[in-house]
Amino acid sequence: MHNILEIENLDVHFPINIGTVRAVDGVSWKLRQGEVMGLVGESGCGKSTLGFSIQRLLRPPGKIVNGRILYHGQDIVRMTEKEVLDLRGSKIAMIFQDPLTSLNPLFRIDQHFLETMFTHEKGLKKAEAFKKAEQMLESLGISPERLLEYPHQLSGGMRQRIMIGLGLILQPDLLIADEPTTALDVIVEAQFLDLLADLQKKFNLTIILITHNLGNVAQLADRISVMYGGNMVEVAEANSIFENPLHPYTQGLLSSIPNIKLDQPKLKTMPGSPPDLVNPPPGCVFHPRCPQAMDVCKTKKPETKTKDGHLVSCWLY
Amino acid sequence: MKDLITINNLIKYFPLQKGFLDRLFAKEKGFVRAVDNVSFTIKKGEVLGLVGESGCGKTTTGRLILRLLEPTSGDILYNEKSVFSFTKTEMEKMREKMQIVFQDPYASLSPRMSIGKAIEHPLVIHNSHDKAERKEICLRIMEKVGLEPAEFLYKKYPHQLSGGQRQRVVIARALITNPEFVVADEPIAMADVSVRALILELMAQLKEEFDLTYLYITHDLATCKYICDRVAIMYLGKIVEMGSLEEVFKNPIHPYTATLLEAVPVPDPKYRRTEPIPKGEIPSPINPPPGCSFHPRCHYAVSTCSQEEPDLKELRQEHWVACPIRS
Repeated sequence: MHNILEIENLDVHFPINIGTVRAVDGVSWKLRQGEVMGLVGESGCGKSTLGFSIQRLLRPPGKIVNGRILYHGQDIVRMTEKEVLDLRGSKIAMIFQDPLTSLNPLFRIDQHFLETMFTHEKGLKKAEAFKKAEQMLESLGISPERLLEYPHQLSGGMRQRIMIGLGLILQPDLLIADEPTTALDVIVEAQFLDLLADLQKKFNLTIILITHNLGNVAQLADRISVMYGGNMVEVAEANSIFENPLHPYTQGLLSSIPNIKLDQPKLKTMPGSPPDLVNPPPGCVFHPRCPQAMDVCKTKKPETKTKDGHLVSCWLY
Repeated sequence: MKDLITINNLIKYFPLQKGFLDRLFAKEKGFVRAVDNVSFTIKKGEVLGLVGESGCGKTTTGRLILRLLEPTSGDILYNEKSVFSFTKTEMEKMREKMQIVFQDPYASLSPRMSIGKAIEHPLVIHNSHDKAERKEICLRIMEKVGLEPAEFLYKKYPHQLSGGQRQRVVIARALITNPEFVVADEPIAMADVSVRALILELMAQLKEEFDLTYLYITHDLATCKYICDRVAIMYLGKIVEMGSLEEVFKNPIHPYTATLLEAVPVPDPKYRRTEPIPKGEIPSPINPPPGCSFHPRCHYAVSTCSQEEPDLKELRQEHWVACPIRS
C-alpha cells in the first residue's frame, strides 16, 4: 500500500534553561494510506510532540533539528511557511484533547465552520459554505439547527464532534486526533469512537489516534505504535500487539490496563516513572524500569529490527 | 459488621442564578436537582464505589457526606449518630476522622507550599503535635505512600513532582490525621494508565494498613473491579442499581448499568459489543425527564417508563434496582 507519511530519523528538541529536552529522538515511522494508527505512550513520551511536528505546529522553543517528514513524498520540514499553511486543515487536520478550550466561546458554530472554509477557499459563496456545514453536522449526528448556537450551549460530546467536523470540512486525507476522548465520559467516549470509525470509512481517512490508553484503540486501530522516552519502541498490527507484545515496555503497559471482561483480581503494575528527557539514561531509555534488562542495554541504544512482523527496538531480539 | 455511614433520603437542590428581571417578576425558581433522594449505607472496612457519568451527582454526594455542602434535606449518620446533631467540638473531631482525596492533584496542592508543609497542614489545623513531631509523622506517612526519599521530597514544591507523585501527596495529606473514612473523588482520573494501576494498588494497601473505609467515586467501572466491595450506580441524582461488585458486574439488571459496563473500553482487538450504546447524553438535571429519568436513552423503554418514577427495590439479596420494567 502507498505510504501517506514517512518520517525518517526525526529529532525534536526543546532547549530550556537546564539543558535540552529530547522530546522525539531519532524516530522513523511509516503510515499507510487509509489505516488507523494508534500512537500510545505515557505522558511526556513524545507522542503529542510527534503529532504536532507533522503539522509543524511546535511551540517555541520546540524545534525539529534533524530528519524528514514526507507527506505524499513532499518534505514538510523543508516547506515554506506558506506551503505549510496550505497543508494544515486542508490536507492534514488535527483535533485536540479539550473541546472546551479549542472552540471560541464568542463565535457561533457556523462562524467556526465558515472561517475555516473561507481561509482555504477564497471566493466560496456563503450560502454554499453554510450548506456544506449543515451536511457535515448531519454526518456527525447533530441536528443542523445547532449551527446557530454557541459552544457553551452544546454538551462536551457534541463539542468534540464539532471539533472533528471542523477538522474534516476541508476534506483532508490525514487526521491527527490527540487524546480526543480524555475529557469525555465512558458512554460518550464509546459513541465518539464509533463515530470516528464511521467517518474513517466515509471520508477514506488515514487517522493517527494518540492516546495513553491501549484499551481505547484496541478495536479501532489497524496498527499500533508504542512510544517511550522519545523513542518508537514497537510498531505492529493491533491484534499482534495484544497477543504477542515483544517489547518489555509494551508488555508492562498491557498488563496495567484494567480489563472488565477478564477475571483478574489484581492489576500488574510497572514500577518507576518515565525518564528525564534532558538527561536520558544511556543505552536503551527503558532499561532502568525493564525487568529483563541486560548489561548491553545500559550502554548501547538498540536498533530497530523486524521480528514476527513487529518493528521492535530491544536487545532481546 | 457495623454501619459506619448511613445516608437517609439525602436531597441537594442548587437554586438557579436568576437575572434581575426574573426576580422582579417573581418567576418560578428553578433548581438543579443534583442529589435527589439517595439512601445507602457503608459498613466499616468496606469500599463502596459510586459510579456515574459527569453531572450525575456523585461528587455532590461525597461532599455532602463530609458536610462540605449542606443538604437540602435528609440525614447522614456517622457511627449511628446524626452529623447534624454534633456540637462544634464533636464536628471538629469528626473532620479528623473523615477525609477526601480530590481528583486533580494539580489544582488541589498550593504551588507555594512545600510538599512537607502541605501534608502537615491538617495537623496544624487540628492543633495536634508540636513542630518536630509533625515533621516526624509527615515523613513516616510519606514513606507509607511511596514518596521516597521522604527527607529529600519534604522540601520540594508541587511543580517539581510528577503527576503520580502529586496524587501520592494528596493521599498522604488525607491520611495524616489518621481518618476512619476517606472519600476518594476520581483519584486516578487524571493519571496515565500505568500510574493508575500503581495508585489503585497503593489505595488497597493503605486500606488494610490503616483500617480505612472508602467511598470511591468514579466514572470508570473497570477500575472498580480492583478495589470495591459494593457498587452503587447513579444517574441524574438517583441511585439506579446497587449491590455487591460481583452481583452488579455479572448480573446487571438496570439497562443503564448494562450499557455502562458495555461502554468500558476493552483492551482486546477481537472484542465486539453485545449491548447497544445509548443515544445522546445525560439530560439536564434542571428538568429531568418524568418517570424513570433514563427512559429517553433506554433501548428497552416502554410507554409506562415515562409515567411512573421507579423505586429502588431489592430484587435479589442485597441487589437493589430502580427500573420500571425490571423491578
